[in-house]
Amino acid sequence: MPKITFIEFDGTAHEVDVPAGGSVMEAAVSNNVPGIDADCGGACACATCHVFVNEAWMDKVGERGDMEQSMLDFAENVRATSRLSCQIVLTDELDGLVVDMPEAQH
Amino acid sequence: MSQAAAIDQQRVTDSQNAEAWRDPWSLPLESLDPARAILFKENVHEEYFRRLRQDDPVHYTANSEFGAYWSITKYNDIVAVDSNHKVFSSYKNIVVGDAPDEFYSPMFIAQDPPIHDVQRRAAQPAVAPTQLADLEALIRQRVCTILDELPVGEEFNWVDRVSIELTTQMLATLFDFPFEDRHLLPYWSDVATATPSTGRSDVTFEERNKVLQECLNYFGQLWHQRKNEPRKFDFISLLAHDPETKDMLDNPMEFLGNLILLIVGGNDTTRNSISGGVIQLNRAPEQWEKLKANPALVPNMVSEIIRYQTPLAHMRRTALEDIEFQGKQIKKGDRVVMWYISGNRDEEVIEEADKFKVDRENARRHVSFGFGIHRCMGNRVAEMQLRILWEEILNRFERIEVVGEPERVLSNFVLGYTRLPVVLHAK
Ligand code: HEM
Ligand code: FES
Repeated sequence: MPKITFIEFDGTAHEVDVPAGGSVMEAAVSNNVPGIDADCGGACACATCHVFVNEAWMDKVGERGDMEQSMLDFAENVRATSRLSCQIVLTDELDGLVVDMPEAQH
Repeated sequence: MSQAAAIDQQRVTDSQNAEAWRDPWSLPLESLDPARAILFKENVHEEYFRRLRQDDPVHYTANSEFGAYWSITKYNDIVAVDSNHKVFSSYKNIVVGDAPDEFYSPMFIAQDPPIHDVQRRAAQPAVAPTQLADLEALIRQRVCTILDELPVGEEFNWVDRVSIELTTQMLATLFDFPFEDRHLLPYWSDVATATPSTGRSDVTFEERNKVLQECLNYFGQLWHQRKNEPRKFDFISLLAHDPETKDMLDNPMEFLGNLILLIVGGNDTTRNSISGGVIQLNRAPEQWEKLKANPALVPNMVSEIIRYQTPLAHMRRTALEDIEFQGKQIKKGDRVVMWYISGNRDEEVIEEADKFKVDRENARRHVSFGFGIHRCMGNRVAEMQLRILWEEILNRFERIEVVGEPERVLSNFVLGYTRLPVVLHAK
């Protein structure tokens, strides 16, 4: 079971253990980690599941997809490490992943 | 009465069974034409969509006053179409009927990338989170003024006194529009949306042109003024200063189109959510009690109001290529209508979808704002506006009582009300 750490904008950290196969967005939502709205339920169509991937993990999480890129084009405060967390699928390789949350999902 | 409405009325009167159209279950499936504006005005559309979701979720209507079109009626199918902008194009019509050429003005909601992207990015900072935080105190103050001036214990039209007034003031703020002239905004919005393509046209072409020309002139002056001043965070200043849009005035139709988008986008939609909430809470008094007992439910209720009302019944796309979708063959050039009002009642995704619940779980999961790259740009403004309004209503009134049948708009696009008689009860 990969472990993920979500760090809220104010610095509060949440550690969750989730089975591989789901998305990082689902890991947050199913464990009541605040700060992710996920209005579209993971369809890569709302950009309210925005996170910043910790630098050390950038290679392992892979690249943004085409649609993900289009959605991030209209999100606020996008950085090089920005991803839509519904588009990162959890594998055992991602055990220990750390992501930061933006101030708000809009 | 519009031509479309006249045809509809005629059809109704002529038919053997004059009331058959009210009951879609009594009609042959292939004849169902859910885009008729009269269905929404008479509030019989819900059964049409219930039947389509059950019997033919991706439905083809071969003959209608708007030409042939597909109806997408299930939640997940709507998300799929809305987020596939490469196949389902927004250019150049986003409502079921094609705008006649003489009515056409380009606007970014009806464009594909890259034009859509650069223009949206130019306008978007006006509604960015930091900007909204700055606006909140002002909006609250205006909400309080409007509510404090309302008569208590005496009938009045909520649509005029609250829904329209509040929305107009919000729009004036986003444009930094001269406050004393603010009533021009909903006037222009009404004229701009009076086109035959949504089944609503009570203004002649000449009248419409004249009025929109006035709108263009007025904003042209604001544009010149803002261009010569430092950049600010209102729509006009942002467009006038952005390198991608700074010459938009040279193409007056495009300038006008985008103005209309920004005015109309925030006008009917928010207005009708404001009225819709009052109606929903009257129909479900136990929900009002629940809310009064727990005002922290307001933000959740706001999402539920917007789902339940679905201020825009549909958006339309045009297929850029042949595609098989849920077993149906959609052909290049076909009109594809995503019925948000139907997706928001889809029991497969939304439990007890016909019920209005202030404490609904996952209330944000609705299709009223669309999805994908065209997802509503003003959704957070709209939510903020409604949140502040309901917070301040709870502070002031025991109850808002609806005392007469609301009158609905004749349109297959804008779902809303022209009249909502209410009486306020003091706390
Ligand atoms: C409850 C209120 C509102 C509702 C239900 C609503 C609904 C929608 C819908 C359905 C779309 C199209 C989405 C799609 O095609 O996928 C849209 C787009 C848009 N809305 Fe809203 N809207 C609301 C309020 C506002 C406000 C307050 C503003 C501005 C002040 C606004 C500005 C826009 C703009 C500019 C677009 C075009 C976005 C694009 O094409 O990229 N809307 N809205
Ligand atoms: S949940 Fe909507 S884009 Fe990720």
